[in-house]
Amino acid sequence: MSTTTADTVFERPAQRSWLPTVAIWVVLLTVPLWLPWIGGYTALAGRVLVLGLAAMALNFLLGFTGVMSFGHAAYFGLGCYGTGLTLKYLSDSTPLAMLVGILLGGIAGTVFGALIVRRRGVYFAMVTIAFGQICYYVAYRWNSLTGGDDGLRGFQRQPLHIGNWIIDIQNNPVLFYYFIAAVFAVCIGLMAFLLRSPFGRTLLAIRENERRARFLGIPVERHIWLSFSISCFFTAAAGSLYALLNNFADPMTLHFTLSGEIVIMAVMGGMRAFWGPLVGAAVFVVLQDYISSMTVNWMSFIGLLFVLVVLFFPRGLLGFVRAYSEK
Amino acid sequence: MLQLVLFNVFNGLIIGAFYVLMALGLAMILNLSNVINFAHGNFLALGGYIAFVLTPYIGFWGALLVSPLLTAVLGLLLERFLVRKLYGRDPVYSLLLTFGLAFIIQDVCRYIWGPNGLPVSVPPSLATPLSNELFFVTGYRLFMVAVVIVAVIALFLFLRYSRMGMRIRAGTLDLETVAALGINVRLLRSLNFAVGIFLAGLAGVLAGGQIGLNPNMGDDLLMPSFIAIIVGGVGSLTGTLVGGLLIGVAGALTTVFYPSASEAVIYIIMMLVLLIRPRGLMGEEGMLT
Repeated sequence: MSTTTADTVFERPAQRSWLPTVAIWVVLLTVPLWLPWIGGYTALAGRVLVLGLAAMALNFLLGFTGVMSFGHAAYFGLGCYGTGLTLKYLSDSTPLAMLVGILLGGIAGTVFGALIVRRRGVYFAMVTIAFGQICYYVAYRWNSLTGGDDGLRGFQRQPLHIGNWIIDIQNNPVLFYYFIAAVFAVCIGLMAFLLRSPFGRTLLAIRENERRARFLGIPVERHIWLSFSISCFFTAAAGSLYALLNNFADPMTLHFTLSGEIVIMAVMGGMRAFWGPLVGAAVFVVLQDYISSMTVNWMSFIGLLFVLVVLFFPRGLLGFVRAYSEK
Repeated sequence: MLQLVLFNVFNGLIIGAFYVLMALGLAMILNLSNVINFAHGNFLALGGYIAFVLTPYIGFWGALLVSPLLTAVLGLLLERFLVRKLYGRDPVYSLLLTFGLAFIIQDVCRYIWGPNGLPVSVPPSLATPLSNELFFVTGYRLFMVAVVIVAVIALFLFLRYSRMGMRIRAGTLDLETVAALGINVRLLRSLNFAVGIFLAGLAGVLAGGQIGLNPNMGDDLLMPSFIAIIVGGVGSLTGTLVGGLLIGVAGALTTVFYPSASEAVIYIIMMLVLLIRPRGLMGEEGMLT
């Protein structure tokens, strides 16, 4: 893996780097205009953005720090439940509910990260999976609070009040889509900023050669812990949006199956490309939506997708495109 | 009360025995090949289903012998054509591969044998309780425990004294040196993988006789097996054995006092171990960490 050098993030020529960003934003912002024409629906686009944010947040850790978490569904699901529970029991303010969800998932990740930061490789992955399953079982068992297996129902996203303005994201799906896009923009903007900062470059150094980074006096554990926590906060933000999108919190959002799906989105799109996970999420969500409406044996097809990606597209779609365009 | 506690301790030992069979196979593959086999629980289900198909022809005893072997052969094929390609690459790829395989195997089982539970018929000689006071000790349950004990002892003897077993242990510690000494590491990994899958298949046959078969029967065992490995310590098979039995009995004992926490308690044990002794009960510092 260390054969690819750090060219992906900061050594590409500056005059080219804005082009994909502009293209992606043009596509994202015009989605409500053209999606119905090709048979999609706006909630599907919302799902792509939400899971894309989760995959990009995971990739902050996986692709740019080189640490493999297989339990990110936990933080996604905690964000989801935190938001849902706040809206149901505490307050009818959407921003407050999101804040609670993000803090719940992010702080859980930060505390847990401190426990496991010395582990590496598959062992790190295994411990993160096991922790994720704790959250799943709590949601599954704590019937009176979380609704158990049926999931948490009985809450709705509320319109936003900004001064005298009311933005009705509750009933207008297109407005809500743009709300998701706005949160998405803030989150990935922050991640891009962090990756370009000295802190982000230190993470890349750790990914490329942990031992050398340690010799340089970089506190590796602290950086991995920070990276893990940041990744968890953004994943929780995605989960929080997911609760608002569905008006429902599903225990399956905490299950390790979703963790695996988030990882495959990142890998399928391209772990070393900043936008890769979003592309992967788009492909995965649309395929899953399509296949599961076509056949009951959709699990085989999704499984096959995993196998094919791993064997034939290990560098992901964007990695493939880049390798092709550089020939 | 004493009977209730005994009943649950015995139950815990049986559940723990399944955790041990699963976790030992997982741990062997993890230690030597650095692969987390997400499909392990699905190989368990496959073992059970193969036994279900074979029982009418060769009886339960025949199936008990043949089915794990066939499961191991299937595992060997998957290792040879898929998993092997990913050794030495970023571990995320082998994780995703076995994750996808788990989906596929589960779906194929559901497609062939249907989503509903199927029974594996157990010989009548094993199905009766041994005594009235200890009604829960049926012959079959004792038999399961005995089979697991024999399998575990055989595995440890194999690893300790056979040439292949010693190579596997050496490879766990330092695969490069083992390869440099002229040992065929690919063959070693294949064989090791097959042994791990064999144990899963065996657990599948035994579980089929106890709780019946369904396509996702292995799922509930996978996570506790991970935890058994974490609690016992990565790199130590003895630790995995202890970890499996510990969480099995702890879970079952909790059922006596506070049933809804029976799953939570194994996670609490894991968190305590991670807090107090991160390497696991018997793990050595620096192993795979």
